Amino acid sequence: MTLLSDPPRARPSACPACDAAPAAQARAEAAVPRARLLLSVPEVHCAGCISTIERDLAKMAGVRSARLNLTLKRLSVDAEASVTRDAVIDRLERLGYEAHELDPGALSMTETDRQGRELLMRLGVAGFAMMNIMLLSVAVWAGAEGVTRDMFHLISAVIAIPTIAFSGQPFFRSAMKSLRAGRMGMDVPISLAILLAVAISLFETFQSGAHAYFEAAVMLTFFLLGGRYLDFRTRAMARSAAQELAALEVPRALRLDAGGQAHEVAIADLAPGDLVLVRPGGRMPVDGVVVEGRSELDRALLTGETLPVVAQPGAQVSTGEVNLTGPLKVRVSAAGKDSSLHRMADLVATAESARTRYTTLADSAARAYAPTIPILSLGAFFAWLWISGGDLRLSVNIAIATLIITCPCALGLAVPAVVTAASGKLFRKGLLIKDGTALERLAEVDTVVFDKTGTLTMGTPVPDNLDAHPEDALRVALGLAEGSSHPLARALAGACRARGLEPAVITDLREAPGYGVQGDWQGMPVKLGRAGWVGATHAATTGAYLSLGDATHSFTFTDALRPGAADLVAGLHAQGKHVWLISGDVVPAVAAMARSLGITQWHANALPQDKAERIAALQRDGHKVLMVGDGLNDTVALTAAHVSISPASALDAARAASDMVLLGRDIGPIADAIRIARLSTRRIRENFWQSGLYNIVFVPIALFGFATPLWAALIMSVSSVTVSLNAMRLK
Amino acid sequence: MEVLAILIPVSLFLGLMGLAAFIWTLRKGMYDDPEGDSRRILDPQYDDKPKPLRDEDAR
Repeated sequence: MTLLSDPPRARPSACPACDAAPAAQARAEAAVPRARLLLSVPEVHCAGCISTIERDLAKMAGVRSARLNLTLKRLSVDAEASVTRDAVIDRLERLGYEAHELDPGALSMTETDRQGRELLMRLGVAGFAMMNIMLLSVAVWAGAEGVTRDMFHLISAVIAIPTIAFSGQPFFRSAMKSLRAGRMGMDVPISLAILLAVAISLFETFQSGAHAYFEAAVMLTFFLLGGRYLDFRTRAMARSAAQELAALEVPRALRLDAGGQAHEVAIADLAPGDLVLVRPGGRMPVDGVVVEGRSELDRALLTGETLPVVAQPGAQVSTGEVNLTGPLKVRVSAAGKDSSLHRMADLVATAESARTRYTTLADSAARAYAPTIPILSLGAFFAWLWISGGDLRLSVNIAIATLIITCPCALGLAVPAVVTAASGKLFRKGLLIKDGTALERLAEVDTVVFDKTGTLTMGTPVPDNLDAHPEDALRVALGLAEGSSHPLARALAGACRARGLEPAVITDLREAPGYGVQGDWQGMPVKLGRAGWVGATHAATTGAYLSLGDATHSFTFTDALRPGAADLVAGLHAQGKHVWLISGDVVPAVAAMARSLGITQWHANALPQDKAERIAALQRDGHKVLMVGDGLNDTVALTAAHVSISPASALDAARAASDMVLLGRDIGPIADAIRIARLSTRRIRENFWQSGLYNIVFVPIALFGFATPLWAALIMSVSSVTVSLNAMRLK
Repeated sequence: MEVLAILIPVSLFLGLMGLAAFIWTLRKGMYDDPEGDSRRILDPQYDDKPKPLRDEDAR
């Protein structure tokens, strides 16, 4: 192939010279590899969102196309490799949409897609075959006789046998598996019913018999595949989301050698006694002691403390803390397996093993019901063999009719239909179910335990007294704050910018790690930082201080409440749930938060083990606990609780330990989730009763030998449809 | 009853056509985003002329 014969494609360069030189064009094209970015955008909900996002991203340089999947709330961007995820996330944020990165390389994703399509294909084939056979069967039921009937049966057989061979495979395979393992799963009687029905119908067809069950066999396959597909969809959606929310880890560290040179090494290679360098903005790779440097550490995700703590030589640091302002040299005291992060993982593993395996409603129903099907039809067979005095054909026919009618067509739909309706509803509200049994466990909850920082609050401070300061002071503060990456400085800068203020021109701007920022404004020295360093008196709450020459100003901060938090707590109280607040933060902060939300039971200064023990104690008293938390210090508690929820902003470990993930910023959906979970378990029970009722009425009819293929078809479709309709009633 | 000789093949043919259409829609990924597709019809962007096909879209 010559370069000139390349098909015309979108050109990566706008340079006209490249157009004149096709070889250069081709080279430029080869040099710009394409990348596919996948992002989760939890807040999209309408046609407007689709067109806003797709059109805006199409205008972004380097983006070839963007497509938003509203069902999965997932945006896929086809772009050149130069387009970074952060740039796209930033752009979405400016449009007003929150976005999280997903791992596009996850191979299991395409595997899931393939499986889903395969199931859908089997379902479709069974559906079309069912319709065609039904057409012929209606003619037989309407009174076709003799040769016509036999021919219709034969044509039905020609359609039904390949259909069953193709569409029935999932049942046959799983039945084989459970038979080999020596168990009696639900799929064994299902496979038996389908295969025997086809076999006996074929025999009857060649004997010019009156009854053939081809349509019943295909119908059974169709409805059960429907249930299987719904079940698969819910699970696949949950699994992919759980896998894909990007990981937050520190696999590498900067080790200082004897000459003071920094080398990047894997954390596994670090030994106690090594010296590592942690740059501002970096995460602590190890536990250790600070030997040089001065900075502040953000420990919110580990301990729940909102305020950064000062780090100076001699201070203990632990893995996972974020270094904020200045570079630190740290002497390693524990790395890898011995680090505090790893000890936490061990605690999680212990809690995990203590968690008893939950038996779902579907499991217990199947276990009770599966053996009754073959027992009933075998019983019918021998009873009729005895009654009719050895009429094998009649007895087999009645046994098959019983097998088909008892086969749990509606039972197969009872749970998946409800779970699909419920999880779809929750997903639209921004809640993702990671674990299949979570919904049922959530329905039993009577006590809700919240973490504070990052869960009930946003985990980011917001200045609350800007109005108390003159505009000049605010502009100077803004100018200074923009020179620092400290969370308080960033919050201050963000709030001032939001008011439309322009920063004052500050010369000689420099950061004093661990203290603050300073510079000159109109020839006057100005400082923004800690009270003592600035020369101001320390206020009681979280604060930053500004000095303008001799005058000082104090900015106070509060941690912004997550939207929906107040309504959620009120809603839970209204539902009669016990609400607890257990935080690692200091007493005043926790007490103030509890008071403002109306929570009477709270604990402060809780260590990770304390949280888990409190929950274990509550559960020993017979309470079913829902834990909502986001930090590393919550992971043990999340695992120990009956069911757990974490926000999408939580640490990877916390999300992995929880059963559901809250996608949006709003925490309000949790109250709804509990309500919907209770409602859906009620629907599931109703569905069981409904399909049970059909059996109670129609099994005797089959046993007495009155059941015809028409009856079987009617019962199967009516019960399946009522069960699905009942599931859709979920509001 | 001779009419059956025509009607049955016709009905089977129509059924197969339906199945073929279903398989085509499945292969084209038309069931990947039911929620989004139902909203996209409200978007006037491609009302006048359809979206230009690109070779990578054609698959």
